[in-house]
Amino acid sequence: MPTPTDPEVPVIEFVDVQKSFGDNIVLKDLNFSVRRGERVTLIGPSGSGKTTILRLVMTLEELTGGYIFVDGEPLTHREKDGKRVAVSSKEQKKLRTRIGMVFQQFNLFPNMTVLENIIEAPIYVLGQSKAEATAKAHSLLEQVGLPDKADQHPLSLSGGQQQRVAIARALAMDPEILLLDEVTSALDPEVVGDVLNILRNVADTTNVTMLIVTHEMSFARDVSHKVMMFDGGRVIEEGAPEKIFSDPSHQRTQQFLSAVLGDA
Amino acid sequence: MDWLEQQQQNFESLQNFGPRLWDGFLLTVQLTLLGAALAFVIAVILGLMGGSPKWWLRTPARIIIEFFRGTSLLVQLFWVYYVLPLFGLTLESPFTVGVIALGVNYGAYGAEAVRASMTSVASGQWEATVALSMSWTHKIRRVIFPQAWALMIPSLANLLVHLLKGSAIVYIVGLNDFNFELDQLRRVTSAWFSYAFVGLIGYFAFALALTQGMRLLEIRAKHRLGQGLSMREILSPAPKVPTSGIQPGGAS
Amino acid sequence: MIPVMPFTADPAPATGSTGNVWNWDFAIEIFPAILRAFIEVTLLVTVVGTVIAALLGLVIAILLRVLPRPLAFVLRWAANFIRMTPLVVQLLVLYYGFTWMDPLTIGFIVFGIHYATYMSEVYRAGIDSVPKGQWEATKALSMSAGRTWRRVVIPQALRSTIPSLGNYAISMFKDTPFLFVISVAEMVRVAQTIGAQTFRYTEAITIAGLIFLAASYPTALLINRLEKRLAYAN
Repeated sequence: MPTPTDPEVPVIEFVDVQKSFGDNIVLKDLNFSVRRGERVTLIGPSGSGKTTILRLVMTLEELTGGYIFVDGEPLTHREKDGKRVAVSSKEQKKLRTRIGMVFQQFNLFPNMTVLENIIEAPIYVLGQSKAEATAKAHSLLEQVGLPDKADQHPLSLSGGQQQRVAIARALAMDPEILLLDEVTSALDPEVVGDVLNILRNVADTTNVTMLIVTHEMSFARDVSHKVMMFDGGRVIEEGAPEKIFSDPSHQRTQQFLSAVLGDA
Repeated sequence: MDWLEQQQQNFESLQNFGPRLWDGFLLTVQLTLLGAALAFVIAVILGLMGGSPKWWLRTPARIIIEFFRGTSLLVQLFWVYYVLPLFGLTLESPFTVGVIALGVNYGAYGAEAVRASMTSVASGQWEATVALSMSWTHKIRRVIFPQAWALMIPSLANLLVHLLKGSAIVYIVGLNDFNFELDQLRRVTSAWFSYAFVGLIGYFAFALALTQGMRLLEIRAKHRLGQGLSMREILSPAPKVPTSGIQPGGAS
Repeated sequence: MIPVMPFTADPAPATGSTGNVWNWDFAIEIFPAILRAFIEVTLLVTVVGTVIAALLGLVIAILLRVLPRPLAFVLRWAANFIRMTPLVVQLLVLYYGFTWMDPLTIGFIVFGIHYATYMSEVYRAGIDSVPKGQWEATKALSMSAGRTWRRVVIPQALRSTIPSLGNYAISMFKDTPFLFVISVAEMVRVAQTIGAQTFRYTEAITIAGLIFLAASYPTALLINRLEKRLAYAN
């Protein structure tokens, strides 16, 4: 279980974050913070670096400049004597167990059953007993509406069902922070609603901090406390969803929203 | 002496040589299987090292792999046979010499197959293991290797046949394997009868058995990953093709 | 057969002690003989064998496509049979079966045919990769079968096969020591003979191994680069 820290300390804090792939600068001097229990949705045109932010928090991408803090502790680098020094992998691992992620492509392990997918990390990473992890897995499967699929093979499930298992797998780790990376983009339109309802339910019943990248604007409006509009690697506007969606101040935000909501 | 009479004599000799040839054949089988077992262990170790993000594991693995791939099998056989004893490592039996030479040579080739198949496992799988905070050993053992295994079997099957073919050279350090006994048979029959007829067919039969065995392994490995039919479904006279998805273990 | 000059190792034959394992003077003395065997036999067999295999492999690949089904089936299994049985035994068949034939010639033939069965698979994949539209276009233009192959299919199929053919040439190169069993004085046999004459094996065998490495590794790198460039060009 994550250790509760000072509620005033942001759960995630980006300080002057830079990310480039070769010569291509994706994020420049990015600063923002997320409070405990806050649900933040990142919106913006594709290629604006939203997914990169989630991947940086999950340490799937290497940070090329600046600092990221999780619970006030440096995730990848710290400043020491005016220099940027990498943190030890042990420190990073400790922070990483507080972060969970649900991927666009589910990424369930095909060599394990649904149940094994869910209990694998709680047993071997968190050191839970098999009985404890299994009981929790069953209740999570219940929660995501798949109580009878425990012994199924992941690839025998539909896309929507796989994604629900992936949500259960991420929640089984009791994450403090849940990263949702376009979790409905690979799904058939008719099952998108089911998956989003499960996430709404998670948002309502837990205090987990969420960082969300999505194209589902109604979902963003329903669950998030804050919406950040990205363009060209920068936050150009942020605020409460009611404000952003009904009365965006920035012209780019207006354009973007009318483009994505226009055909709705 | 006419041709028919000649063949009659040949088959009589074959009968007399039967037990010896069979013993030699079994020795070839053992040499191949033990050599393959050693090669597999070496391949997995070197393959994991070669695919490691740490340079001090990767570099030595690369050097060892290139060294054993680049020098020839016979050179390595002679090295084990003539040179290793000078370092105080005297191998009493030519069988051990053969197993070691075959193991290191084909193990180096196998290492490439292991490494390549691990990098072929979908990147999303690697990312999911990071998101679940799995340690390196844990993710390799429980997630990546089981999936890479299905991918590497065809290459390993190829190498296994190569290893069997390579084993035919080991007789020159004094092993009474199948090839050696064929030479004995040749002395009383002919090269065509002993080497071409008995020998090539014997080797071919074993090679076929090995490749078929590897095919079954591949089917099983793929089925475990939810791809393709199970062994039971394939072997059943009227295979039931599931309409949606595949049930594991053929439980239905 | 190339006679190996008898060497008399003035240094004492290596005994159990590791201090006497490697002798530079001796290594330098025997190096030219081993290198000569490498150039005169090992490389020769590799080059001639590769030429035979590359041509015959193409013929097999085309025959597999154009022969009537039963014949193609027989040819495919004959190729499988050769591919899945030991080179060593195949060499011995011809060596004792055609005693009138020069062992080096046997080497050319066996290596050529054995590797032709591998290379035919490479060509087959290359031919399969030629888009169906190309065949249909030749039909629409009423081109003859021979012309279709010569002018359209083979030129397109060949491009992608070059790296794989090169890799098989390297494999063949590393298999040439199997000629040992039919008494051809290729490099490893020369090295072993030197060892037997002087009771010093380490230098000779190691030099042979290093020459293999020095020849095969850069070639493999070169082919690797060619492969990447071809993949990039596509």
